[in-house]
Amino acid sequence: MVSLSPQNLPSADLTPAQLEQGTSLWRDAWHRLRRNKLALFGGIVVIGFTFTCVFAPWIFHLSYQDQNLDLGATPPSAKHWLGTDTLGRDLLARTLYGARISLMVGLVASLVALAIGVSYGAVAGYVGGKLDSVMMRIVDIMYALPFTIFVILLMVFLKDPMQAVDAWLGRFSLFGFHVFEGMQGVGKILLLFAAIGAVEWLTMARIVRGQILSIKKMEYIEAARSLGLSNRRIIFRHMVPNVLGPVIVYTSLTIPAVILLESFLSFLGLGVDAPMSSLGTLIKDGSEKMEEFWWLLVFPGGAFSLTLFSLNFLGDGLRDALDVRASKD
Amino acid sequence: MLKCKLVSFLAVAFLFAGCSKKEPAATTAGGTPTRKILRYGNGTEPQDIDPHVVTGVPEQHLIQTLSEGLVSEDPQMNTIPGVAEKWEISPDGLVYTFHLRADAKWSNGDPVTAQDFVQSYQRELTAALASEYAYMLFNHVRGAKDYYDGKITDFAQTGFKAIDPRTLEITLLQPAPFLLHAMNHYAWYPVHIPTIRKFGGLDHRSTAWTRPENYVGNGPYVLKSWKPNQVIVTERSPTYWDRARVKIDEIDFYPIELADTEERMFRSGQLDITNEVPLTKLAVYRRDQPRSVRVDPYDGLYYYRFNVRRKPFDDVRVRRALALSIDRESLVKNVTLADEVPAYDFVPQNLLGYRSENSFQADIAEARRLLAAAGYPEGRGFPRVELLYNTLEKHKIIAEALQEMWRKNLGVEISLLNQEWKVYVDAQHSQNFQFQRAGWIADYVDPHVFFDLWETGNGNNDTNWGNPEYDRLLHSALSTHDNTARFAIYQQMEKILVAEMPIMPIFYYTHARLISPRVKGFYTTPVDNYPWKYADIDP
Amino acid sequence: MLRFIARRLLETIPVLFVILTATFFMIRFVPGGPFTAEKAVTPEVMRNLERAYDLDKPLWQQYTRYLRNVLLHGDLGPSFKYPNRTVNEIIAGKLPVSLELGAEALVLALVLGLTLGVLAAVKNNTWIDYVCSSAAMTGICLPTFVLGPLLVLLFAIHLGWVNASGWDGPADRILPCLTLGCVYAAYIARLTRGGMLEVLSQDYIRTARAKGASEVRVIFKHALRGGLLPVVSFLGPAIAGILTGSFVIETIFQIPGLGREFVNSAFNRDYTLVLGTVILYATLIIGLNLLVDVVQVWLNPKLKFE
Repeated sequence: MVSLSPQNLPSADLTPAQLEQGTSLWRDAWHRLRRNKLALFGGIVVIGFTFTCVFAPWIFHLSYQDQNLDLGATPPSAKHWLGTDTLGRDLLARTLYGARISLMVGLVASLVALAIGVSYGAVAGYVGGKLDSVMMRIVDIMYALPFTIFVILLMVFLKDPMQAVDAWLGRFSLFGFHVFEGMQGVGKILLLFAAIGAVEWLTMARIVRGQILSIKKMEYIEAARSLGLSNRRIIFRHMVPNVLGPVIVYTSLTIPAVILLESFLSFLGLGVDAPMSSLGTLIKDGSEKMEEFWWLLVFPGGAFSLTLFSLNFLGDGLRDALDVRASKD
Repeated sequence: MLKCKLVSFLAVAFLFAGCSKKEPAATTAGGTPTRKILRYGNGTEPQDIDPHVVTGVPEQHLIQTLSEGLVSEDPQMNTIPGVAEKWEISPDGLVYTFHLRADAKWSNGDPVTAQDFVQSYQRELTAALASEYAYMLFNHVRGAKDYYDGKITDFAQTGFKAIDPRTLEITLLQPAPFLLHAMNHYAWYPVHIPTIRKFGGLDHRSTAWTRPENYVGNGPYVLKSWKPNQVIVTERSPTYWDRARVKIDEIDFYPIELADTEERMFRSGQLDITNEVPLTKLAVYRRDQPRSVRVDPYDGLYYYRFNVRRKPFDDVRVRRALALSIDRESLVKNVTLADEVPAYDFVPQNLLGYRSENSFQADIAEARRLLAAAGYPEGRGFPRVELLYNTLEKHKIIAEALQEMWRKNLGVEISLLNQEWKVYVDAQHSQNFQFQRAGWIADYVDPHVFFDLWETGNGNNDTNWGNPEYDRLLHSALSTHDNTARFAIYQQMEKILVAEMPIMPIFYYTHARLISPRVKGFYTTPVDNYPWKYADIDP
Repeated sequence: MLRFIARRLLETIPVLFVILTATFFMIRFVPGGPFTAEKAVTPEVMRNLERAYDLDKPLWQQYTRYLRNVLLHGDLGPSFKYPNRTVNEIIAGKLPVSLELGAEALVLALVLGLTLGVLAAVKNNTWIDYVCSSAAMTGICLPTFVLGPLLVLLFAIHLGWVNASGWDGPADRILPCLTLGCVYAAYIARLTRGGMLEVLSQDYIRTARAKGASEVRVIFKHALRGGLLPVVSFLGPAIAGILTGSFVIETIFQIPGLGREFVNSAFNRDYTLVLGTVILYATLIIGLNLLVDVVQVWLNPKLKFE
């Protein structure tokens, strides 16, 4: 029996065959995930909500910009299920379009941050020494640079490329159809991902590095090394899966942060242009009017919460499912 | 010769007689005097309170509390005495002679003299100080520009002259019929030179003379304490000449940036007057506590600026089409909500009696015709146009509403683009935009402020528009001393503007605020000056 | 360990230098300057303004001059926006407020977050877990600009227990502290739960349990050590953020803290104030990340200072 000291975590009796459990790990995880009702529920809600956001406006001919100034802000009614905003625009349409943007921004930017942060942190932690020092000092520098100024610079210097992307998309024709014609502002969204991605990966990198350091000296890693596996294989095949727990949890925290960050960036002019809006800007707007027009906060806020709760159930389920050791119970 | 109208002064005195009869310090039932404190929401944290260094509105409110100029204004916009008890203007309108009152004092007890004014103006015109409002002096006063540019070094050669300690003479370059109104701007206010000398020198922007422990002013209130981003406390001045009229013992200026925070402070009784009202709250207060809402006229024009060098706005028909096709009434009633006045001309109505005779009208049919004539029937083929505005909820909803009106009325699609303030202003001054939101608030009350803007190459024109005939008229108006004749010239100028439409007027501003019914006798002028000495507050 | 810390402190010098230099030049390339105003400053006045602040000198000269003042005299220069105050004064006046609010909020966040997180992990997949996790999720779903006004409406306006805003008495600390603390508590709770779950299933914990160690001992002596790793990594930058103030909370509650200066100085193009706040923040970040690295070794004795 192993002694009671952290030095001997986890069982040293893994065979090389067990180390090479790559594919079965994912298959087992999927199996376990399906048995987790809460996670399944979360997953279904996320997918269902995404589909609603994408197709409902199209099916019900909802417009986020049609105004009725004389109508103004009205509470939910048969005509406007979630009510209207101060310009008399349908809040259901605005929420769905807004959620579409926010979900996309939240997921894509978080995944970007996840990819960069995990690889960066894993490499720094695993290689260690001088490289680690340099990489982590770069992280320190990135933390300290003034973000507002960085974003303004990004917009000023990339304004022309952004418009070039938009212009190209507008002209792009597939058998005579201008498929991307309605997608003005894509250049800006790409820039938004870059801006968010540039900051959100930093903490992820530090967390992953910390975890990697804590398992680096473990026997099964030593074993893998002694077997002559390449560093790349060791990092991404054996170490990263073992730090996935905190990674998933932190990613699930990055998503709301990113969605709210987007509303700050839209203040700087980066993000979606009016009259389109995102969940973040809708909630911000609703929070200023909640006493008079509660629905302006409650419904966008509800959509935001619903998404986050579901994503977190899914995330927790995923974490449990990927927990190799817990599964041995 | 124009003489100071003592009548108007008496009228004001009469107007406020009701309040001024009482003793300044109110007494409670028990007989102990209570301190009358008014707490005022003053927008953002002031940069400083040196009238020769600052440029903003919160600073303006503070400086007018702490110091006083030669003249002042009553609610009807008549000029009334300030430090000067009377004045004369020479028949050619070039020489102004001010007679200072004997009892005008600085807060340290020194008398306010004509030399103080001359030295203040000299300081303001010192190039090293780089006063942003120095042009207010050197655009009008003889020799001031030469002194500023270093062409003359002897200040005695300029048009500012102290004849004796109580007589100040100012000689102008050309008659500026609005000069007395312009003098209500704090650029014309005096500063206490010995104090500035003591704490850093006359040509330094960054000195400690405006700290509460050092500050010396000549206004109805003195600076007591200044906690940055928290509160600035001012107290009745014991040396102010008109101190008997001052009724409130202490005015606290709270720098509150967020209108919602301000409203919540007002509601919980932490503020007596707010700087603004959140849009959605205005209707609520009007319904529930109409006595707590004040909406005052504000001399400013909210407009959209065309860049006449960029397509499609190089075509006057397109500019006119956009200007004629929006529903300003609906915008004001449903979107901006604070009784703003729809603008179909270029100068706020009834400014010193000036009324536009050449206003245009909304006319959608005409707008469509113009657009078709310009080559965009039904909006077809209309190029991509970006409307630039600075990030603010109000600008956003106005732009969204107008965008929709153009889409419906003309078939024209305008995209909206918001930018952070300084990026937006930079784009404005470098004319790096097609179509841009703008606003112009008068520095002083006179139609000149609004006509001056559209002179060819004026630093604030920013449309690239210019018209030689317009410029000629502007200059002839400047040297016309009689207001009737001058306003007739303005009518011709406005006709040109309506025909060429270098900008698109939208509405004239108002200033909405929440005010506790306990506050009495508070009035503001159309350029947002508050003569605090007339105000009172119930305990 | 001392050698490790000494080496890291040495590394701080080039890092700060890079941050300072990059910021100095970044801010100069942003459109608009400190005197860009809607009402255009006339050209002759602008020239004088630039001369008054040495902005007419070549950029590298301004840079070396600034560096000299900072390094030799610790002088961060005068503020462009607030002419009668220096950057040193502004920071000295506002940092204590932010430190106080931040420290209080941090304590709240740690107590609340760790409790919720540990409870949720230990009672994994029971109703206790669900309650704790949902509480944490609610905290995440309520951004400060929603929670702050909600608290004010409830406690200041409807109940009248505290002031709507301000920073005078101890009672004024309650709402801002609660608003700021709750958000971080939610993050800490989620990360603690995740980290603990990771550890609780490991063999050494089972061994400890099998050997009859009490549950409390297992949790606090063994599990918490490993489980806190991600929280600690997160806390480095988070504490730096929390201590230097929050723009949203300071504007909602009218608090004279430093958080607003971080944002407003950039908007005002107040070059010296931007640099001053960045230097402060960078120092904190570097210091705290160093502290985190030390704590990590302390939590996990298998690690060595390298």
